[in-house]
Amino acid sequence: MSSLAVRKAPSAAGATGASHNRPPLRGRIALVPTIGLLLGALYCLLPVAWVVIASTKSGSELFSTFTFLPGSGFTDNLHDLNAYRDGIYWQWMANSALYAVLGALLSTCVSAFSGYALATYRFRGRETLFNVLLAGVLMPPIILAIPQYLLMAKADLTDSYWSVLLPQVLSPYGVYLARIYAAAAVPSDVVEAGRMDGASEWRIFTRVALPMMVPGMVTVFLFQFVAIWNNFLLPYIMLSDDEKFPLTLGLFTLLEQGANTPALYTLVITGAFLAVIPLVALFLVIQRFWSLDLLSGAVKS
Amino acid sequence: MTIARRRSYGVKGAPYAFLVPATILFALFFALPIGYAVWLSFRKVHVSGLGLGSGARKEVWAGLENYTDAFTDSELLDGALRVIGYGCIVVPVMLGLALLFALMLDSDKVRLAPFTRLAIFLPYAIPGVVAALLWGFLYLPDVSPFYFVLEKLGMPQPDLLDGGPLYLALSNIAVWGGTGFNMIVIYTSLQAIPAEVYEAAKLDGATPTQIALRIKIPMVAPSLVLTFFFSIIATLQVFNEPTTLKPLTNSVSTTWSPLMKVYRDAFGTGDIYQAAAEAVIIAFATLVLSFGFLRAANRRTRRDASHGGAR
Repeated sequence: MSSLAVRKAPSAAGATGASHNRPPLRGRIALVPTIGLLLGALYCLLPVAWVVIASTKSGSELFSTFTFLPGSGFTDNLHDLNAYRDGIYWQWMANSALYAVLGALLSTCVSAFSGYALATYRFRGRETLFNVLLAGVLMPPIILAIPQYLLMAKADLTDSYWSVLLPQVLSPYGVYLARIYAAAAVPSDVVEAGRMDGASEWRIFTRVALPMMVPGMVTVFLFQFVAIWNNFLLPYIMLSDDEKFPLTLGLFTLLEQGANTPALYTLVITGAFLAVIPLVALFLVIQRFWSLDLLSGAVKS
Repeated sequence: MTIARRRSYGVKGAPYAFLVPATILFALFFALPIGYAVWLSFRKVHVSGLGLGSGARKEVWAGLENYTDAFTDSELLDGALRVIGYGCIVVPVMLGLALLFALMLDSDKVRLAPFTRLAIFLPYAIPGVVAALLWGFLYLPDVSPFYFVLEKLGMPQPDLLDGGPLYLALSNIAVWGGTGFNMIVIYTSLQAIPAEVYEAAKLDGATPTQIALRIKIPMVAPSLVLTFFFSIIATLQVFNEPTTLKPLTNSVSTTWSPLMKVYRDAFGTGDIYQAAAEAVIIAFATLVLSFGFLRAANRRTRRDASHGGAR
C-alpha cells in the first residue's frame, strides 16, 4: 500500500510545488515494473532466506520461535551434521562436485567438437545427425534411466561413479548451444585462411576456433554443471551405496529418515542450506564476466 | 597434387571425426537404452511350477500384453490425470510470470533490474530436491511463517499437503524453480528487437502497455512457443518434487505421477517389463503432445504471417 501512496504523492505535491524541486518520481522510475520485479525477487528469495535463518535454530527453537527470527544453534547444527555418520554429508558434497565438474568438463569437450563440426563444415547427413542428437532432449529421463540401469548391470557398472558420470556426458542442449556459438563466433574465412596456411583441421580447431568459442563453452559448462549437480533421478536409480551419493540423493535419504524423527529436521535444514551455497556463489561470482543471456543461446553480433 | 588430395580428404573426413564422441555416446546412452526399453516392453517373465530352480523363470515374448495392462491400469491413468491437472496450473502460471517479468525488465526506467533479474533467476541454481524440501518445510504448520501469520490473524489454516491444495503446493515449487530460466529466454529475445521498431509507436503516443501487447509480445512469439514446448515436456515428467514431498505427507502416493509409477513398477514391484511398456507410453505421449503443440503453434504463426499480422 505504501508503494501506491508514493506513486500518487509526487503528482499531487507537484502542484503545490515549492518544497519539491526534484522532478516527479514517476518520471524517473517506472514504478509498476520496479515494484513487480521486487515482488518477484521477494518470492524467489523467500525460501532461501528461510533456510538461512532456519539453519541457525536448534531443534526446539525451530518449532517454538517465529520463523524469521534467527536462533542460536548454527554451530551446534554444523557440529551435528559433521558427526552424522562420520561426516558423510561432506562426502556427498565432494561427490556432487566430482560428478558435476568432471561431467560438465567432458560434456563441454564433446559439445565443442560436435558444435564446431556442425557449424563450420558442410557434409552429408549434417542436419539428420543434428536432429537425431537434438531428439535426445525430448526423451523422458526415466525411459533412459531404467534401461541404462539394466544395461549397466550387465556391464557390472551399477552402483559405481561411472554409472552416474557416463550417461550425462552427452548433452543434446549443449550440442545445440555449441553449434549456435560456433556458427556466430568462428568466421568461415578464418578457418579457410588456416587451411591455406596448411594447418591441419585439428590444429585449426584447437588453435583458431576454440579460443573464439570460449565464452559459449563457459555457458555450456555452466548449464551442464547445474544439470548434473541438480540431477536426482539418475543417481536415485543407479546408486545404493550412500558413500557414492550426490548431495541431492543424500539429502533425500536424510529427509526420508527425518520424517519419522523430527530431531533430524535440523540436520536436513542445515544440509539444505549448505547445499545451496556452492551454486549460488558460483553464479554470483561468474555473472561479473558472464551474462545470463548466453544461457538461452543469445549471440552478440 | 598429393598434398591437395590429402587435404581435401582431411577436410571431408574431419566433421565425422569431430562427431565421433557424440555419436558413440548417443548410441550407448540414448539409442541402445531406448531400443532395449522397447524390446523389454514386449517381454515378460514366465514362471513354471513353483518358480524354483534354474530355468523355472524364463523370459518370453509377451506381445502387446504389457501395453494393454498399462492402458487398463487405473493407477497409471489417475497419475496421468493428476499430472495434466498439475500441468494446467504450472505451465500458464510459470510462463505468464516469466513473460511479465521479462517485459518489466525490458521497460524503460526500471530500477534495480540487475538485482531483481538475478534474484528471480536464482532458483534455477537450486536442485529440485532441495527446492521441494525448502517449500515442504514452509508448508508444514509447525515451522511455516504462513501459518504463523494466519494464526495471528485468526484465519483458517488449510492443510497445504492434502487434496486440492496439494496441487497448488506442488505447482508452486515448479513455478518457483522454472520462472527465472524462462524469463531469461524471453528477455533475451526482447533484447534482440531493434530499437527502431518502437520509435514509430512511441511517436504515435503508444503507452508502454500498448507497446508491450501489440509489438513486443508478437515479436517474441517464437521464444514463447519454445518455452511452452519445453515446459510441457518437463511437466509431464515430474518426479523429483512429489518424491521429495512424499516423506512429509501421506497424500502423495508412490504412484502420484506416471514417472513415479514407472519407478515403483521397475524397482518396487520388480516388473521391469511392465515398467518399460509404461515408460514407452509416457515417452510417446510426451512426443505427441509437445509436437502437436509445436505444429499448432507453427500453423498459427504462419497464418498470422500470411495475413500480414505480426509485422
